[in-house]
Amino acid sequence: MKYSEKVMDHFTNPRNVGEIENADGVGVVGNAKCGDIMKMYLKIDENDVIVDCKFKTFGCGAAIATSSMATELVKGHTVAEALKLTNSAVVEALEGLPPVKVHCSVLAEEAIKTAVADYYNKIGREVDFEIEKSHEE
Amino acid sequence: MERFIYADNAATTPVSREVIDAMMPIFETHWGNPSSLHEKGREAKDILDDARERIAKVFNCNSGEIYFTSCGTESDNWAIRGAAMRMKTKGRTHIVTTKIEHHAVLHTCQSLEKEGFEVTYVGVDADGVVDLDELRQVVTEKTALVAVMYANNEVGTIEPIEQIVEIAHAKGALMFTDAVQAVGNIDIDLSKLKVDMLSLSGHKIHAPKGIGMLYIRRGVVINNFVEGGGQERRKRGGTENLPYIVGLAKALEIAKESIGELDKVRAMRDRLIDGLTKIPYSKLNGHRTERLAGNVNVGFEFIEGESLLLWLDIAGICASTGSACSTASLEPSHVLIAMGIPHEKAHGSLRLSISAETTEEDVDYIIENVTSIVKKLRDMSPLWEEVVKKEACVN
Repeated sequence: MKYSEKVMDHFTNPRNVGEIENADGVGVVGNAKCGDIMKMYLKIDENDVIVDCKFKTFGCGAAIATSSMATELVKGHTVAEALKLTNSAVVEALEGLPPVKVHCSVLAEEAIKTAVADYYNKIGREVDFEIEKSHEE
Repeated sequence: MERFIYADNAATTPVSREVIDAMMPIFETHWGNPSSLHEKGREAKDILDDARERIAKVFNCNSGEIYFTSCGTESDNWAIRGAAMRMKTKGRTHIVTTKIEHHAVLHTCQSLEKEGFEVTYVGVDADGVVDLDELRQVVTEKTALVAVMYANNEVGTIEPIEQIVEIAHAKGALMFTDAVQAVGNIDIDLSKLKVDMLSLSGHKIHAPKGIGMLYIRRGVVINNFVEGGGQERRKRGGTENLPYIVGLAKALEIAKESIGELDKVRAMRDRLIDGLTKIPYSKLNGHRTERLAGNVNVGFEFIEGESLLLWLDIAGICASTGSACSTASLEPSHVLIAMGIPHEKAHGSLRLSISAETTEEDVDYIIENVTSIVKKLRDMSPLWEEVVKKEACVN
């Protein structure tokens, strides 16, 4: 199995690692039993723009790289735009993933959506989208 | 200078210079078919007989008990299937094996289950040692074969094979041991160790990939697996892979001669174990002393093994993991699970398999790198974050 250069770049130099104190939205997906957990933090301004996004991930190289790429893809965008982020967009931005690792990109998409749902709940907005929970036991 | 440390000798080993030198004349000059009647064939037959004699000497057995195969997996398949089919004619349709065998053994047993055999998979303790009490209870007069590995490929635990042979023979069952990892690590004397069959593989002991061997004790009859033109006393068809057979003979002789060097390897192994288990929330997997000379298997909580391997690879260290994410199956190591290690911890295992080529400097470099990589990965792990917060509360 071989990772693309882009995946290795995001694995070795992950963007936006860390936590955001008093984040507006936090999403945790995956479980330790399956070997990957992603935690996404969003800082959102009054215009619904994601001004900061950070992550922490327990997982393989692909899990770390997809988390890192997902933060880059949503940062500076509105939550409405972030909700349109698909796992295949993450895979494409990473110049491909080995087939057995595609589930990691699904997890990254779910992590962003879960964090947005948390933000909606906090501000009392109705969660009008669905999140596929691929890693629930 | 770029470092390169190969610490994955349980996966495969480089072919040694002496083995290559021994093999070259067979490719260049003695390329005949040992079955041919003419001069070229007779020459090849003499070399084949000589290699077999030399291997018999290594194991203190008879050359007529040695059968060459294409790999360890073929030997395992043949031993189990051949014995099962033979013993079935005597009304024995039960196979006993363990939960920690190599897939070559496990998948052969599973396939026989589908064909009507009953298979019992005996458990192991937390160190990976086969449960002898359970084994005694499950082996009966219906048991055709007991198949237990000599030493485990992942955690390095050496099994009490002598005792297992006694248990099998007490009920009239055949005893087979997969010694793919043990050969080269343990001096095996087949005049004393009463196994009925033993498999080994060349590429784990500095011979090439594509050569294996099955020892079948004189008097033990099993069905054929590869049918063909009557080679190997009509037991295994296929033109003999003479260069590789000669390479295997050489590799086995070298392994026997250099068994004393393993003390040095064991000392480095123990230093690695001590150094790596100093890392918080880490644990040695496998038996501390009844362990292969070069095997180190340590689990690190809150990180995932593939990430660790990728970083080690960047640092020039080749290693292996029991994490699911390193395989296509997405299931963590069946060996670690059988030892009672939970899934979440099995994902964070690291296997290093060192050799006599490994140096003391390599050991320091590995400890230093694993320690810093584990820290780096934990710093970005949400599970570690929880541990840090909990510890802060306690303090």
